[in-house]
Amino acid sequence: MAESDNTPSGAGGKTPPSGGRRIDQSTGTETVGHEWDGIEELNTPLPRWWVLTFYACILFAIGYVICYPAIPLGDHGTRGLLGWTSRGQLARETAAANGARSGTLAALAATPIEDLPKNPDLMRAAIAGGKAAFKVNCVQCHGSGAAGSIGYPNLNDDDWLWGGNLTEIQTTITHGIRYPGDAETRMSLMPNFGADKILTADQVQDAASFVRSLSGLEPKGAAAQRGAAIFAANCAVCHGPEGKGGRMVGAPNLTDKIWLYGGSRDQVAGSISNAHHGVMPAWGQRLDPVTIKMLAAYVHSLGGGEDFAPAAPAEATAPATGAPAAKP
Amino acid sequence: MSTEKKGFLARHGQLERNVTLLAVFAFIAVIFGGIIEIAPLFWIDNTIEKVKGVRPYTPLEQAGRDIYIREGCYLCHSQMIRPFRDEVERYGHYSLAAESMYDHPFQWGSERTGPDLARVGGKYSDAWHVQHLSDPRSVVPESIMPPYAFMRDRPLDAGDMRAELKALKITGVPYTADDIAKANDDLKAQATDTPGDLAIRYPKAQNRDFDGQPDRLTEMDALIAYLQVLGTMVDVESAAAQEQLAKETGR
Repeated sequence: MAESDNTPSGAGGKTPPSGGRRIDQSTGTETVGHEWDGIEELNTPLPRWWVLTFYACILFAIGYVICYPAIPLGDHGTRGLLGWTSRGQLARETAAANGARSGTLAALAATPIEDLPKNPDLMRAAIAGGKAAFKVNCVQCHGSGAAGSIGYPNLNDDDWLWGGNLTEIQTTITHGIRYPGDAETRMSLMPNFGADKILTADQVQDAASFVRSLSGLEPKGAAAQRGAAIFAANCAVCHGPEGKGGRMVGAPNLTDKIWLYGGSRDQVAGSISNAHHGVMPAWGQRLDPVTIKMLAAYVHSLGGGEDFAPAAPAEATAPATGAPAAKP
Repeated sequence: MSTEKKGFLARHGQLERNVTLLAVFAFIAVIFGGIIEIAPLFWIDNTIEKVKGVRPYTPLEQAGRDIYIREGCYLCHSQMIRPFRDEVERYGHYSLAAESMYDHPFQWGSERTGPDLARVGGKYSDAWHVQHLSDPRSVVPESIMPPYAFMRDRPLDAGDMRAELKALKITGVPYTADDIAKANDDLKAQATDTPGDLAIRYPKAQNRDFDGQPDRLTEMDALIAYLQVLGTMVDVESAAAQEQLAKETGR
């Protein structure tokens, strides 16, 4: 349209007196009509592809407003022809994901955990699902690599407080440890031997010497000798005469070098004096049984999972039986 | 036709040269956008879900919230679970607008260096929070969160909570006169086993010693009390809430 308004003005490229536009001779393009000290600006049109894209965007926006929730009205907004909602999309995606998983989950629900190792495919699925659930629910205490920390057991080793086969792990996860509000929770309360004056401070130190000598952290000196008698009288009932622990009461094996609350002198004496009563939630109250089954399979797979004992459970001899076998 | 259009466009020059006129027209443009985008939120019926359970924060929780803001927790932690499957499976039910209707200002956040905290309440024990806040890497080895161990030692100095509650009431938080009068007592009582009528005025308020130091009221008490209530007020999985949400349209 602009071309018709303008005729090339006189020679020399002077701006027309009317302030109108002219066609620049060397480019053949219209100028915008301004002139500053002889410098003029070309009014180069926008590229056609750009203009078309711009119009296409406007058309798209109109279509979008029609199809999707957009314009606020009286007490609600327009809902769009497609009826799309973000929450509806979430519900559909969740339903689709659940549908895709339902077969495996149903199979897991129908399979007793004892039979899982007989079905390698199902076991693999359980471990994968357990790994995801572990990352949401368990890593905060046991760590992302399940290596635990002071007060939170390492789940990778073969040192189990309450038992390391699939059913025992499942029970621990379901009912927790010392968790108030679960009647079947794993329960044991080591006395506060020092704080409650069951032992004197010297006796606590002697007992600590003996306990540390069990795993070779200290030589069996005079203190350890005295501690042995104290141990036999006070500790052996739960930790066993040889200090190898007892899973019936979750008593740790004291002869390995694995310490839940630290193995330094002060830490061991502190644990004897003021017993730690670590708590694990009863996940049966929060997670469904299949998720717990998958978690048990995952924890079992981490390296220390134990086979079901063939006959009498070999309690308190974990190092002998706890080879990382038991994988399907 | 063509000349008329040019005349109208030429007047654009006046707008560009007169700064007052430009300001007036810019203001009109902004008002127009505001009326379209903001004003309807005050009357369309799906701005805030009608779910039961949301109550104002107790004074101790509110004091914890102030610490949360003071320490800039919101710079790394969001409090907004979006309705996406990956977020819902990790953090729990998506956040409802109603759940932050008494937050002034809300803590939705936009940065998620740390995990979302909208439903962190009840997920971990108090002892875990104490240990994690004191030394994050002792429980989460890969964490980059700074330690906040000093909060265990700092007595809670929340100022006059009556004044804070009164200010919040002006913004629309429905504290009663009783709540405001007892605010300073409530602040201390919630961290004990004898909360008085706190649980009646603030339904489901949790009272106990939060930081493992029963004889002291510290900043740690307040912050953990706040963290433990996040996302727990509305029982989102309950039948009533689900029914209400099923009726929702347009979002």
